[in-house]
Amino acid sequence: MALLEIKNLHVSVDGKKILNGLNLTVEKGQVAAIMGPNGSGKSTLAHVLAGKDDYEITEGSVLFEGEDLLSLSPDERAAKGVFLAFQYPLEIPGVATMMFLRTALNAQRKKRGQEELSAPDFNRRVFDAAAKLGIERDMLRRGVNVGFSGGEKKRNEVLQMALLEPKLAVLDETDSGLDIDALKIVSDGVNRLRSPERSFVVITHYQRLLDYIVPDVVHVLSKGRIVRTGGKELALELEAKGYAQYQEEMA
Amino acid sequence: MAEMAVIKTPAETALSVAFATAKGKLPGAAALRETAFKRFETAGLPHRRVEEWKYTDLRALMRDAKPLAPPPDAAAKARASNAGAAFAAVEGRRIVLVDGAFVPELSDLAGLEPGLTIRSMAHALATGDAAVATRLGQVVPTDNVAVALNTALMRDGVVIEVAPGAALARPLHLVFFNAGGAPAAVFTRSLAVIGKAARAMLIESHEGVAEADYQVNTALEIAVGDEAHVDHIKITGGGAGTLHVSSLMAAIGAHARFNEFLFTTAAAVVRNQLFVHFKGEETVAGIRGATLLNGKQHADTTLVADHVAGACISREVFKTVLDGESRGVFQGKIIVAPQAQKTDAKMSAHALLLSEEAEADSKPELEIFADDVQCGHGSTAGALDDDLLFYLKARGIPHKEAESLMIQAFVGEAVDGIEHAGLRDTLIDHVAAWLKTRE
Repeated sequence: MALLEIKNLHVSVDGKKILNGLNLTVEKGQVAAIMGPNGSGKSTLAHVLAGKDDYEITEGSVLFEGEDLLSLSPDERAAKGVFLAFQYPLEIPGVATMMFLRTALNAQRKKRGQEELSAPDFNRRVFDAAAKLGIERDMLRRGVNVGFSGGEKKRNEVLQMALLEPKLAVLDETDSGLDIDALKIVSDGVNRLRSPERSFVVITHYQRLLDYIVPDVVHVLSKGRIVRTGGKELALELEAKGYAQYQEEMA
Repeated sequence: MAEMAVIKTPAETALSVAFATAKGKLPGAAALRETAFKRFETAGLPHRRVEEWKYTDLRALMRDAKPLAPPPDAAAKARASNAGAAFAAVEGRRIVLVDGAFVPELSDLAGLEPGLTIRSMAHALATGDAAVATRLGQVVPTDNVAVALNTALMRDGVVIEVAPGAALARPLHLVFFNAGGAPAAVFTRSLAVIGKAARAMLIESHEGVAEADYQVNTALEIAVGDEAHVDHIKITGGGAGTLHVSSLMAAIGAHARFNEFLFTTAAAVVRNQLFVHFKGEETVAGIRGATLLNGKQHADTTLVADHVAGACISREVFKTVLDGESRGVFQGKIIVAPQAQKTDAKMSAHALLLSEEAEADSKPELEIFADDVQCGHGSTAGALDDDLLFYLKARGIPHKEAESLMIQAFVGEAVDGIEHAGLRDTLIDHVAAWLKTRE
């Protein structure tokens, strides 16, 4: 059984159709890249998977481990193992990162019927994961993402991913706004989390990110549906030729 | 021109009768009381056409006047035996007033620190205590009608004096307990005189049995000496049916530190008025508050920060969380006198609306007569940010818990200004308890 199975998904926002019969299967342990031009529906797909409620799903189904994902609330999806790394991580003044991480982790554990982590155990996990990403302890005591640079915010997303240990991580344009050094740190963080038990959907406009996070499969998204699927070399082809041919094919 | 015939409301009539009946028995200050009551009778209960009371129409809110509370009996005192326990972490010196009467046997008066005196206001008034008589109503003179009514009908309270240079090791915790035997009106008046370079922390908690049907009019005058450091924290809770009107008159000397905090979660109607007078130069003050309301509660914070002396810094931060059909009012006025150059005052008032029916009213005002100052104000009202809520939920935090986290963060900005860690933690617990009632 595939980990994620999207069938004939139609999604509208404010009456405008964004996803248009999208089909996508992600196998367990697979890293699937989704590439596409601006406005093709990449971020919509990410948000629909995480459960944002501004989207109207008019048709289709999404199965996660064979279970209907669309009927679950965002927090229930997270507890099942779905994680969205935001393109624009938000700032939460007044909520310290440590507090945020502990609340999130324990809420998920509680929902899965697991014990809450003890404070020392939790602290050790956070400090270990943070050290690997070059996140200073001082940053963990500050409000979530408050005053963080673009790169620090993305590293913080990867830190959350490392702690929450999802089964499916959806990376929404994680490369946007990153310089090459930050991109390397973030990619290394993601690569450390790759495992046969964890799948990734890596959404990106550019091939550059895929030099660092090498995908098993590349899907091309255009006008709300997957129009081509291939190996990692497809990303290079797109980089060379651009998306024009797919947009025309659809027209 | 003929005087207009003023038709009194039932509450105004009842107050006139109460004053006429009680004035012979109220302790001392007869002339002061008469003058104050005349002021009240002339003005009547303030209503919405009086600008200061625009959003809190006392005439409409006070349908009747409750009878003056009798002195507490043994049963009332017994109910108060555990009052103030919610603040045990503060380890303060507990001073208990039951139905407006100072109760020494419930108060912790043993081993007062050198330089500290605590006595009954009723006794001071009855004996014509000169130190009290010269200060009363004079710390920050005002013709405010609620203060006038308090002056006319004040029965008891506490007089606290901290000698120059004395530093109190423990906070003073004034517990105002409404014992709730029968509907009653309580008028308390207190005075605190903090000497030069003294250090004191004053906590007021207003509590009561849940069913108390009370009208409370409480007033406190604080004179803060030069170089003194004073914290005053007032917590208004208890008695869901209570109408609570409170006035603080604080005059601050030079080179002093003054921290004021108002925490309000209970009573049906609350009006907290603050008249803060910056009398000496280079004083630093923080005036903050957090209000959390639900149901049909109404709470009004009205502040006048009057910078008479120059080079003072004041920061005003008020946070209001409104659920249900509650209404939160903030009126804040900063006045900078012509000679108060180099004043640095910043005021902000923010309201968080958790329901469609809640209402926030905010009226910030600056009256600046000096030309070399830094003053500003900001005011917002809005709902919780949906995108932030989604971010928290996407990490596995359920909706209500995500809301709670954001509400705690919202009020945290004000609560974090409290210097005393034990009290800060206690109030954070109070916020958490309030949030639990939403679930």
